[in-house]
Amino acid sequence: MTERPAPVLVFTWGNPSRGDDALGPLLHDRLLEKQAAGRLPGVDLLTDFQLQIEHALDLRQRDCVVFVDASVSVPAPFGFGPLQAEEDVAYTTHAMSPGAVLSVFSRVEQRPPPAAFLLSIRGYEFGLGLPLSAAARGHLDAACVFLEQWLAESGYPGGSCVTG
Amino acid sequence: MSNRLETAENPEQLKRVVIEPLTRVEGHGKVTLLQDEDNRIRQARLHIVEFRGFEKFIQGRPYWELPVLVQRLCGICPVSHHLAAAKATDMLVGSSLTPTAEKIRRLMHFGQTLQSHALHFFHLCSPDLLFGFDDEVRHRNIVGVIEDHPEIAKQGVLLRKYGQEVIRLTAGKRVHGTGAIPGGVNKSLDRGERDYLQADIEQIIEWSQGAVDLIKQVFLEQLDYHLEFGATDSNMLSMVAPDGSFDIYHGGLRARDPQGGTIFDHVDYTRYSDYLQEGVKNWSYMKFPFIASLGLDNGWYRVGPLARVNNCDRFTTPLAEQARGEFLAIGEGRPVQAALAFHWARLIELLHCAEAIRELIDDDDISGRELVQRGDMQPVGIGVIEAPRGTLFHHYEMDDDGLVTRANLIVSTTNNNQAMNESIRQVASHYLDGNRLTEPMLNQIEVAIRAYDPCLSCATHALGKMPLEVSLVGPDGQVRDRLEKRAGDVVCPTPA
Repeated sequence: MTERPAPVLVFTWGNPSRGDDALGPLLHDRLLEKQAAGRLPGVDLLTDFQLQIEHALDLRQRDCVVFVDASVSVPAPFGFGPLQAEEDVAYTTHAMSPGAVLSVFSRVEQRPPPAAFLLSIRGYEFGLGLPLSAAARGHLDAACVFLEQWLAESGYPGGSCVTG
Repeated sequence: MSNRLETAENPEQLKRVVIEPLTRVEGHGKVTLLQDEDNRIRQARLHIVEFRGFEKFIQGRPYWELPVLVQRLCGICPVSHHLAAAKATDMLVGSSLTPTAEKIRRLMHFGQTLQSHALHFFHLCSPDLLFGFDDEVRHRNIVGVIEDHPEIAKQGVLLRKYGQEVIRLTAGKRVHGTGAIPGGVNKSLDRGERDYLQADIEQIIEWSQGAVDLIKQVFLEQLDYHLEFGATDSNMLSMVAPDGSFDIYHGGLRARDPQGGTIFDHVDYTRYSDYLQEGVKNWSYMKFPFIASLGLDNGWYRVGPLARVNNCDRFTTPLAEQARGEFLAIGEGRPVQAALAFHWARLIELLHCAEAIRELIDDDDISGRELVQRGDMQPVGIGVIEAPRGTLFHHYEMDDDGLVTRANLIVSTTNNNQAMNESIRQVASHYLDGNRLTEPMLNQIEVAIRAYDPCLSCATHALGKMPLEVSLVGPDGQVRDRLEKRAGDVVCPTPA
């Protein structure tokens, strides 16, 4: 019923109405514009408010997935690196780490998850109704340029992922 | 309904235990336990940062934006806010919904509740119940569930996914849906969409039934323990249909006392402020709603699955109704008050949602073309639904230009505020009698909190994975002990 998805998935998340938490969704919008212009072949783009367990199913049949999130701890303008599956412990359903999504995938699918990377963009203000901060906007610009270049040079789609 | 531990006589002489989840932004909770010189728990308070600023966020916006705008309030419950706001705007535009519009919204709500309950059970509650509270933390999560019960965990993910598909088809999009609009909906389901949902619904019902059977078995295996843990007598508030049956989309308000006696029934929810008031306490920003006729001390209540299953007269679907009877039997004639019974009740609702979805996708009204109906504009709109975590109130007022001038929201977690405090106090009194902080002690508190699955307003997602920090502070203000709990790193002592 469903055709094979694109080999690369860029999954962004965050709340567009909470200041710099919008970094992920805004990157999503920019990548959509690039796709509309015929760029980023072989890449699927998904965005959501939160990471949750069902997102493990979006990783099916992927060669590589890039998670993109705002962060208050990464050095500006952004950080990027490989991501490993990890267990998650929480007392509410209101948060899940990308590593935990990979872990759910491997257990549910009974095989290793696709190669995964985390792009963390530095943010500063997260209040409800706040706009994107000026500093975060600059970081978004830098992260967007980096990600497009990385996607082009990484060997995807259809090749092996550069994990260095 | 005692508040004896809430305010100790000489708090300056007490030691303080702080259990503080640290999040990167907001939405964190903190448990403060005050001990006396004999290491007994004298005070227990749960602090949750309620989402603030939503009135300002909403004021001045046109009313027709509300159903979409309010989804930004919470990343976990956007559909609940979407539907509550849509109901309020129905009132603003003087609408009486068409059968198609109401059934599409109900279908969306059943999908939302199904996916939310599936997430809670399989991600949070099942490790507690399947492995026990003293199991190694590394094991007590969904990965542990998958290792030991691979089919159950996979079912949980697929149940959740099915609910998301129901939302996508009824709301138009996977996230930030626009399905419900003032006076109706903007789409119905075509034959292909109904067939798509039909294809898996029997499997979904079977898995939901299996989840109910599982939790019943687990609960009954240690019945006394499960009945005692976090139990506290409370009033129960929920919405019910006009005939008293279970209804999470529309109906009147019903409140019952701890013995099951009726406090009020079939109250028009637009008059909620005549029956419910919101109290304040000087140690918490979150309000404390209570039943006005009973006062602040005795009028607090619980909402959510436990209240709904206790309060309703019947389920309209056969499997859920049978499950309700088995659940109520453990109360021996009284409402079931155990905190962990939330989990059982939640799965009965999951089963009902699955059955109700099957009924609706068989109903040709959901393919109807009469989507919107409007009447005379009104200045005030109030919408109430039973969200997955409990009763959710949206109240708006607008000016002649259709701009919102006032907004008041009472969310499920606020309704459960006092009840969560009471459950934590009960657990703390039983299990934290000492001056050493240990991992099992943290687990007990977490288990009690998890039963309610409080909404922590983290529409910002928390990449810090919500680590939990526990500090023991003596009467002299010095930290005597501290534990920090992080995903993957479990629990590690840190220097005081």
